[in-house]
Amino acid sequence: MDFQVVVLAGGASKNLTPLVSEEIPKALLPVANRPVLSYVLELLESSNLKDLIVVVEGSDAALRVGGWISGAYVDRLHVEVAAVPEDIGTAGALRAVAHHLTASDILVVSGDLVTDVPPGVVAATHRRHGAVVTALLCDTPISGISETGSKDKAKKLGRYNIVGLDPTRQFLLLIASGAEVEKDTRVQKSILGAVGQMEIRADLMDAHMYALKRSVLQEVLDQKDSFHSIRQDVLPYLVRSQLRSEVAKIEEGWNTTITSKTNLIWLSQHREIAPSAFHNGHELDANGSLSAQSTHKCCAYIAGKNKYCARLNSIQAFIDINRDVVGEASHLSGYSFSAQNNVVHPSAELGSKTTVGPQCMLAEGSKLGDKCSVKRSVIGRHCRIGSNVKIVNSVVMNHVTIEDGCLVQGSIICSNVHLQERCVLKDCQVAALWKVPQSWRLKFKLSYLLSGFV
Amino acid sequence: MGPKKVARSASSDDPEELARVPLQAVLLADSFATKFRPITLERPKVLLPLVNVPMIEYTLAWLESVGVEEVFVFCCAHSNQVKDYLNKSQWTKPPSSFSFSVSTIESHDAISAGDALRVIYNRSVIRGDFILVSGDTVSNMDLTQALEEHKDRRKKDPLAVMTMVIKHAKPSSTTLQTRLGTDEIIMGIHPETKELLYYEDKADHLQRVILLDKTLLMENPALRLHNDKQDCFIDICSPEVLSLFTDNFDYQHLRRHFVKGLLVDDIMGYKIFTYETHASYAARVENFRSYDTISKDIIQRWTYPFVPDVQYLGIGYQAKLERQGIYRAPDVILSRSAHVGAFSFVGNGTTIGDHSHISTSVIGQRCVIGKNVVIESSYIWDNVTIEDGCKLSHALVCDGVHLRAGVILESGVILSFKVEVGQKLVIPAYSKVSVLPQPCKQDSDEELEYADATSGVIESPSITSVANARNQDLLSDMLDVPGSDANKVGISGVGYIWSVSEAEHDEEWRFSIAPIPKEKLEKFSHSAHDDNDEVNHDESSIPASGELIPDSDGTDFDGGVGEDYRDSADFENEVEATFRRALAGVDVQNVILEISSLRLSYNMSHADCAGALFYAIMKSASDISYSNNTELSANTKMEINKWKNLLKNYIKSQDEEIEVIMKFEEICLETIREFRPLFTDVSMWLAQTSIASG
Repeated sequence: MDFQVVVLAGGASKNLTPLVSEEIPKALLPVANRPVLSYVLELLESSNLKDLIVVVEGSDAALRVGGWISGAYVDRLHVEVAAVPEDIGTAGALRAVAHHLTASDILVVSGDLVTDVPPGVVAATHRRHGAVVTALLCDTPISGISETGSKDKAKKLGRYNIVGLDPTRQFLLLIASGAEVEKDTRVQKSILGAVGQMEIRADLMDAHMYALKRSVLQEVLDQKDSFHSIRQDVLPYLVRSQLRSEVAKIEEGWNTTITSKTNLIWLSQHREIAPSAFHNGHELDANGSLSAQSTHKCCAYIAGKNKYCARLNSIQAFIDINRDVVGEASHLSGYSFSAQNNVVHPSAELGSKTTVGPQCMLAEGSKLGDKCSVKRSVIGRHCRIGSNVKIVNSVVMNHVTIEDGCLVQGSIICSNVHLQERCVLKDCQVAALWKVPQSWRLKFKLSYLLSGFV
Repeated sequence: MGPKKVARSASSDDPEELARVPLQAVLLADSFATKFRPITLERPKVLLPLVNVPMIEYTLAWLESVGVEEVFVFCCAHSNQVKDYLNKSQWTKPPSSFSFSVSTIESHDAISAGDALRVIYNRSVIRGDFILVSGDTVSNMDLTQALEEHKDRRKKDPLAVMTMVIKHAKPSSTTLQTRLGTDEIIMGIHPETKELLYYEDKADHLQRVILLDKTLLMENPALRLHNDKQDCFIDICSPEVLSLFTDNFDYQHLRRHFVKGLLVDDIMGYKIFTYETHASYAARVENFRSYDTISKDIIQRWTYPFVPDVQYLGIGYQAKLERQGIYRAPDVILSRSAHVGAFSFVGNGTTIGDHSHISTSVIGQRCVIGKNVVIESSYIWDNVTIEDGCKLSHALVCDGVHLRAGVILESGVILSFKVEVGQKLVIPAYSKVSVLPQPCKQDSDEELEYADATSGVIESPSITSVANARNQDLLSDMLDVPGSDANKVGISGVGYIWSVSEAEHDEEWRFSIAPIPKEKLEKFSHSAHDDNDEVNHDESSIPASGELIPDSDGTDFDGGVGEDYRDSADFENEVEATFRRALAGVDVQNVILEISSLRLSYNMSHADCAGALFYAIMKSASDISYSNNTELSANTKMEINKWKNLLKNYIKSQDEEIEVIMKFEEICLETIREFRPLFTDVSMWLAQTSIASG
């Protein structure tokens, strides 16, 4: 398949402080004790997309990501790691690697995507319609349900995008993202006029996997310097301008406008009935060359309800994904689960009367003392956990020491943290290397722990 | 509250009816619009013949066919004519009305559909769900399913007060008009429940985007937006609708006020649903274009069984369908050399002379058409005399019109009742001619059809005498002269050519019987294209999709940050520009004034001013040429000294001092790196000049 893949792995994302740091950029955050990036890479590998460019923000982070990839995928994937400055934005990142892009179509994937939708399907949809851009849309993940969480409430939480689709649900006619979602939605009448009816959905999420036509992508990136993000600038721009593509400026005057107009009418008549017919005729109109093109197509591939699709872009998402990957979406983790529906590494040591419940993971070399209880949590490598410790709905990374009598609930404990005796942490995130003194009780929803707290 | 009262009063009248409420319908025999003027000045719209049968007949026949048992005809303008007509018609005669009764409700001061419904409410005649239609509806749809759906919904959700019938109809993408000549309607419909969530008619074409309120999508995860649906103006309503109109006494228009009011204001959570009909016919005669389209549809039998050759609709005779869709009444005298083309209708008692040529036209009863007359795509009503050699295309000619020899009607001409046109006149396209003078009062917003004897519109003295007096003028200038309301229709002609205002004239072609001329289409597509370009421009200038929002890794970001940042950058630039004017010799006092006003307009603090000003000073200092750091330091000190009075205006407390030092730090780090080595030096100097206390 003549697709080049760009994986945007991000850097030290601000949204994920304090989980990310110089040592652990976003791409290497553990999801079920594997770096999150590995999920995307293995997914791509399974679709036989092996020619990858991984773009990382910040050169230190790039070195680390590169080091990890070359260690893990040395003979499996052909990966180039490119470092770009921080805060360059996704569009900027693509600009920076644009000269490496040679294939006719580019697949852009966010490095924080955890999904089982094969990228090949998106690529195939893209090719079938000859689209300029094809975006993967998935159901909005239901976040933050714990054992008692009511589903109705959780459903209202997630509104990521507002998406307009044609009646066949193949064409993307409107997309609003970010802050715009909360504003009034603006629908272009010309696009509505062309299709007749448009389905507007607020329950779909843009999963950040795009197939893009390289020539168009490069033109847009060149022409629009202000474009910062693919999701917020490039994609909405392409969708907005699909009936009057500015991607290729027509400067032949009246005659061409007539043809473009007839093209539009033609499109309006045919799009509804036979989207694929519209594709063929469109090619005729365009004479096969992009410069004569006056409309372009933006397509969407909607992942089925049974597919898992989530992005690790917030702390809540981090907890959710970790829970799901060892829980309901366990096929993603690549581990084989025991009869108790959990994964306990053979080298892990459990004290007497210690229970590890279902949907848990205990990585190699970790030791648990007596009378511990672990429920729906992921515990990393070489952790030392004392006696009478309760860990519920939490993620504990590597080399963490938890002393006796601690309670950890709904929290994220980063690597090398030391929790002294009888700490109680609820809904906390503890950054790497911290030492939490004896008997601390933290019940607040702290987004991060700052200096001054040792 | 309202409906209960109605129910009670009804039950006291008629206790056995409690078990089964007869299906009722309200027929509005007044369109409350002026689209059919000047014809409607003399005859109500519902009585205008559509393929030789008054429109109201189609509506009543359809209502009977869907099982309506009681019809209330609301008449307002020309109510006497409507009542007279109904009294004479088959509908009110005992034999035909075994389970179908027609009664009239009359009001003279109703000026809108809202008023009409309020009057009906006060009469307390509606006992259950009813069908609301206007008297110009042509349909053959079966309402059973829609009624059932409505009733089922009502059982589950008493707030579902109305079901609107819609039909697929795609507007042309160039004119944005359906084939009925109505403007495109944009509807937002819930994909599963079919609830109507958004309704926009009279769409403003210049506005190229539809704004959907954010709450709309918050409450509904999905919404289907249509512009390919036509509103049939057939509504199944619950009695609450009437009380809603009474409660909201400012509601006038059914759609613009009532539907929008329910959708936008969310009154008591009442909901409107839609029912889409697929195969059957439903349309409303709204303007001359839909008159033309529906006439053709009837002739082409889309409205079966309501077609001319089926014995129906009190026409009095049965037309015979011949080949090529030609309907001919039994008693037509057709010259051997005359030719009647396809899809035409020739009414009873009409005579057509030699070598006349008629195509796709409807000709009424007792017309006399002379020799060598060409009639194409026109509608000729009853008792019309057309003398030899006339040419008519896409014209509408009402009862009793007399066209003398050689008259040419260009496309889109409307001749109202009893107009007479003098010899060899050419009536220009889209003219409207009436024997009545144009009412000088132009109803601006709510177009009323109100030409009953109660109104003062037709108070001119003897019409013919006026017309004849004018006829003594010359006949040369036939074109509309804005401002003069009467123009001649030739020697021995009777009638006025109505002048149309500039704005209306532009719109005239949109609703006319005549097809839209080619050049208009071209112009339209051209302008539509321009529109697109414009939109493109302003869209790219407005960050419609948050183009200015920095977004490092694709996670949600608040737009406020970007805006704020831009504001402060603007502010700094402005202050710098002002400072440069001071350098160029503007009085210091004026500069202070300007900066103060900038501070207010950008909503900045004194500290911001001090910082920005300091930045400007440092920049000017760095602009002076220097060879080494000592020289730069000296320049800087000199500049600071020079402007310290200005700067001190804004340094009132320690906060501002800190701001200046911070600003200096920022300058050294980011903008003018040359100052780096001088940081301590200049800071000391700032302390000395008591700008900063150190």
